[in-house]
Amino acid sequence: MTRKVYTKEEWNSAVTRLAENQRVFAPVKEEKYTAFKPVNGRNNFDFDTLKTRMSPKQVVFPQSERMFEFSMNPKDENSGVLQESPKGHEAQVVFGLRPCDAMSFELVRPNFDNAEYRDPWWTDRYETTTFVGMGCNQPRQTCFCTSVGSGPFSEKGLDAIACDLGESILLKAVTEKGEELLKALEGGKDATDEDVKAAEHLAQAAEKGVSSAVETDGLKDVAEKALFEAEFWKDTFDGCINCGACTYACPTCWCFDIQDETYKDEGLRMRNWDSCMFPLFTKHGMGHNPRGEKYQRVRQRFMHKFKYYIEKYDGGPLCVGCGRCVDVCPANIDIREAVGLMNQFSKQGS
Amino acid sequence: MVTLNHEHKHCHCKSNPFMPYPMEIAEIIDETADRSLKTFKLTFRNEDDRKKFSFIPGQFAEISIPGLGEIPIGIASSPTEKDFLYFTVQKVGAVTSFLHNMKPGSTIGIRGPLGNWYPWERMEGKNVVIIGGGCAFSTLRSSIVYMLDDANRAKFKDIHVVYGARSLGHLIYRDEITAWTKRDDLNMHITVDALGEQEEQPGWRCSVGFVPTIVKEKITDATDAIAVVCGPPAMIRFTQPVLKSVGFPDERIILSLENRMKCGVGMCGRCNVGDKLVCKDGPVFTLAELGELPSDY
Repeated sequence: MTRKVYTKEEWNSAVTRLAENQRVFAPVKEEKYTAFKPVNGRNNFDFDTLKTRMSPKQVVFPQSERMFEFSMNPKDENSGVLQESPKGHEAQVVFGLRPCDAMSFELVRPNFDNAEYRDPWWTDRYETTTFVGMGCNQPRQTCFCTSVGSGPFSEKGLDAIACDLGESILLKAVTEKGEELLKALEGGKDATDEDVKAAEHLAQAAEKGVSSAVETDGLKDVAEKALFEAEFWKDTFDGCINCGACTYACPTCWCFDIQDETYKDEGLRMRNWDSCMFPLFTKHGMGHNPRGEKYQRVRQRFMHKFKYYIEKYDGGPLCVGCGRCVDVCPANIDIREAVGLMNQFSKQGS
Repeated sequence: MVTLNHEHKHCHCKSNPFMPYPMEIAEIIDETADRSLKTFKLTFRNEDDRKKFSFIPGQFAEISIPGLGEIPIGIASSPTEKDFLYFTVQKVGAVTSFLHNMKPGSTIGIRGPLGNWYPWERMEGKNVVIIGGGCAFSTLRSSIVYMLDDANRAKFKDIHVVYGARSLGHLIYRDEITAWTKRDDLNMHITVDALGEQEEQPGWRCSVGFVPTIVKEKITDATDAIAVVCGPPAMIRFTQPVLKSVGFPDERIILSLENRMKCGVGMCGRCNVGDKLVCKDGPVFTLAELGELPSDY
């Protein structure tokens, strides 16, 4: 696997130059927050902020996207006939995503691409994206990636992974796609053994730096219904205000809504992120709501990630340990506490 | 002769599952006296779509009205009825209200068929008990028409149908159920919750009473029988103990769930009951299967 070293200046310039010929995303500082934005030559890159407030899931799964367009003019021969919105799925590259976020795409994939159905928009975009990660030298207190199958330098879901050596960036190809990317990037020189050793030391230190953990060893074997009926759900997360911030910030939350919008004679069918925290999410036309109570919605979120997904795919959990939901929650609800209770119940039945 | 292809669910998998087939409203039938239920007869605008569309009784489809949205509705026609589809729709929200006001000749869309189906492979060679109420009777109509087809009737032993509505004016498929009461290869038990003051008994026998009560009266033997139950939650809840007391084990009580849906193809995340998705793993479950799942419906 090819390894190259870039000075920080070279790195920023290589990313910018690559964006002249194709769609490139990178973490960009805008006012208070850093977010993944299309690179346009005028960006203020921020490869230092460990966690962007929103995950990079929108690179593959935009918060809002056009699915279909149609005419509503009754005189039009094709009035009311849907046409797929043009997408232009040319290859794209994402720089600077953290290993936890990279793994999220692998976890989400079977929802959109499976034996029965293939969502063309999510899947085409996923398949044409090159994921260039950035290892986490200093994990934060809310990071628990190592207990859910990822890690500060995990290569899962990545085509190439970068390591910040202080003065320079070491970039290592992980897949063929990554090798191609290294060829396409300008500048840089072959990494020396010292560079590689320095990166290994940083990775080892980072692994030890993940101070937070969850235990999930009992979740696979517990009966779904028993865990669902556990008493602790009813009052433990009373503080939740069902704002949905956790689900929007989460890299693995994939729920969406489909809504039609009309402007005069023009119609659009849109797909927008949705959230299991909202009562309308599950409310029947006749008024009945299977998850009408707040605790039921809170339970759904944690059960989906730490039981249903495990049950359905014999893998998971559907969490990468990024801790964003802990960071953004206005009611200080901590997913690690929820998983702790779930696992404890699973092993002791209480 | 209709052959049910149980692998057919996988044939459209690589096409865009969100793209509806354009369909024309060929006919609109008022089903109930209060006009709250209408049946829409839809024909395919594209010949290719018509050929491709193959379904099994119990499945549903998303009806798509451009500008308004989509709704999941059980397919009321039978695969033995060619060239068109029936959907019986209750006026409830924005999409259904708009649909109720549409005129024949208008174009709408259909995505499907979606979901699983009643377990026909298990029902063949058995006595079949169909229990339905309200507009949920639609996929049961599909099933009855399918079983009564000349090519299929011999595959099933005795067929009992218990069908209930709030009043005589709420009974749907009026002409058909009247015809079914006259058949000797089908035991039709129709009931209404109450007879209105002005209402008289129709020309055929109609009981007065709730569905579970009539089931208790008419269904007395579970030997070699499978029960398919589809209707409002209260009807389902109170019918279960009756069937159990007759001797139906949970594996032979078949239910169809309806949860709020958007995508219909297992992706949008809202219709789950535990780790099962009502749109893709369901809507049809045995009572035994539901017993293992959280009660999120």
